[in-house]
Amino acid sequence: MAGGRNPRGQCAGPQLWPAARRPGGAATGSVVPVIEIERLTKRYGATTAVDQLTFTVRPGAVTGFLGPNGAGKSTTLRMILGLDTPTGGSVTVAGVPFASRPRGLRHVGALLDAGDVHGGRSARAHLRALARSNRIPAGRVEEVLEEVGLGRAAGRRIGGYSLGMRQRLGIAGALLGDPPVLLFDEPLNGLDPEGVLWVRGLFRRLAAEGRTVFVSSHMMAEMEHTADRLVVIGRGRLIADEGLAEFSARNATTSVTVRTPELPLLAEALRTEGADVQLHEPQSAIVTGLTAERIGELALRHGVVLGELTTRTSSLETAFMSLTADSVEYPATEHPAGEPR
Amino acid sequence: MSTTSTTLTPLAPTAPHTAEPAPRFTDLLAAEWIKLRSLRSTYWVLALASLAAIVVNLNAVHSDLPYLDHPSPPPPGFPPYRYDPLFHGLSSMSSDLMAIAAGSLGAITVFGEYTTGLVRTTFAAVPDRRAVVTAKVALIGGITALAGLVVSFGSFLATNAMLASRHVGLSIADDGCLRAVLGFAAIVPTCALIGMALGAVLRHATASIVSLVVLMFILPLMFGGDRYRWLKEIGTHLPLSTVTRLTINPDSSTTMGKYAPTVLDSWITMGVWAAVSVAVTVVVVRRRDV
Repeated sequence: MAGGRNPRGQCAGPQLWPAARRPGGAATGSVVPVIEIERLTKRYGATTAVDQLTFTVRPGAVTGFLGPNGAGKSTTLRMILGLDTPTGGSVTVAGVPFASRPRGLRHVGALLDAGDVHGGRSARAHLRALARSNRIPAGRVEEVLEEVGLGRAAGRRIGGYSLGMRQRLGIAGALLGDPPVLLFDEPLNGLDPEGVLWVRGLFRRLAAEGRTVFVSSHMMAEMEHTADRLVVIGRGRLIADEGLAEFSARNATTSVTVRTPELPLLAEALRTEGADVQLHEPQSAIVTGLTAERIGELALRHGVVLGELTTRTSSLETAFMSLTADSVEYPATEHPAGEPR
Repeated sequence: MSTTSTTLTPLAPTAPHTAEPAPRFTDLLAAEWIKLRSLRSTYWVLALASLAAIVVNLNAVHSDLPYLDHPSPPPPGFPPYRYDPLFHGLSSMSSDLMAIAAGSLGAITVFGEYTTGLVRTTFAAVPDRRAVVTAKVALIGGITALAGLVVSFGSFLATNAMLASRHVGLSIADDGCLRAVLGFAAIVPTCALIGMALGAVLRHATASIVSLVVLMFILPLMFGGDRYRWLKEIGTHLPLSTVTRLTINPDSSTTMGKYAPTVLDSWITMGVWAAVSVAVTVVVVRRRDV
């Protein structure tokens, strides 16, 4: 957030856990999970969209909810909100099924789809109706409109808004009830870079205030700079549920690219040292399991000339893709250029 | 677009739960009112239809006035012509117009939530779906009932004032007149509720409107005639047959032919259509995933 007060200065209440927002989300023993999902299952005919999913989301942190398209993220979010009825299992927010609450905005703020509005209404009318249904004063509508930067556009029809403006409106709606739990489904879609930065800052601040922030995305890169914890699913099943730091330590591998005219000789030497060597060009290989420094020493000892010695750390995006590779619902087929059909 | 640096005012980040006021049904009514009022197309449909319905009735009676003033002699052997102010002043054309407008309004307010996806936002804000639907039903039912009463009383009083000087005008106290006026008004919210039920079941714009038209205007053509009693009975229990029966002037030769329903029968039929529509809307909206 540019300017403004330090949000952490406001969170001195007994129910807040500013310390819980630690990068990596290390052990937060005393923190009670707010969203509890237990063997949650949703089937549509023969298709199983969500399959025996079990995880919890804790307060005071931004939890990223990752998975490829069709992994069941949106279905899970709809079940958290009681919009879809689970085929099996249970989901509670703050200990009770959300659908059992008469009014929702003060408990959970949600942006499921920026398109879940009526294009014929103005943003102000849309938010006023929502606020009124939950007995939230109309003044709060103006506050959230200013907060998301829609103050001047609030009187215009939503139908004329860009996707980014609709995302902002959806976020405004989620903030209306000042809720302790916030759910966002792909909130960064359509936002300009400045908007993305703003949203990240907002999520960080909401978490710092002790709220539970649960954000879905199909892009690891989006979560890398926002989330403390990650819940990764593929084909409706849980793949990973851990802190961002643990996730990257476990999944982001470091490899070294080696180029030498005497590759077979060096490869043999490296394998003897326990490294994994994969040839990818006649004179070049990718080595994992040894540091560049150690490879250099070995090359010297065997009298091998090195043309290249580069350390490459695979991004979390790569890690995420390899982790979910088996569970991509709609894989694209690759047709290498020039290949005869 | 520039982002403001305003900080979100913490209403009560420490204990949001304790700050929650008791839920009130009137808040939902008010919210639905804001939603209805903020979509020009919906209330214009009803306002224009009401105006057109009154104009149709006034014009019908107005263009009859020269014939009343200069009646042509009846054919030999027939009794002199008797003018029926109910038949002309509460015409079936105006009734059909109000029926389709109110039915569409009811359908739009329900399928509009589904086709736009707004329904997810609505139910995430108010998980008590039954309360939301009840508020919608109450608001749409109330507004269309008001429109029905305005058109009905307006048409009756204005047309009969025009006829008073010709000594054929009726008073609301005359036999069957209050019943006709109330029946003419009551079919309007009934059609709105039927529209809401169709919108809730079909959740699709074209399908909802087409089935509304089929139910109101096509089915009566298929279930008519006096030959088979069961066929006719189905026809007389369709929604718009009730208003036909209730607006018949008892002091006229107009009838619905053989197997015509009684007045009570038609009132009950209308009530059942309304009640079943409300029940279907509430149950369907509660049960289904959105």
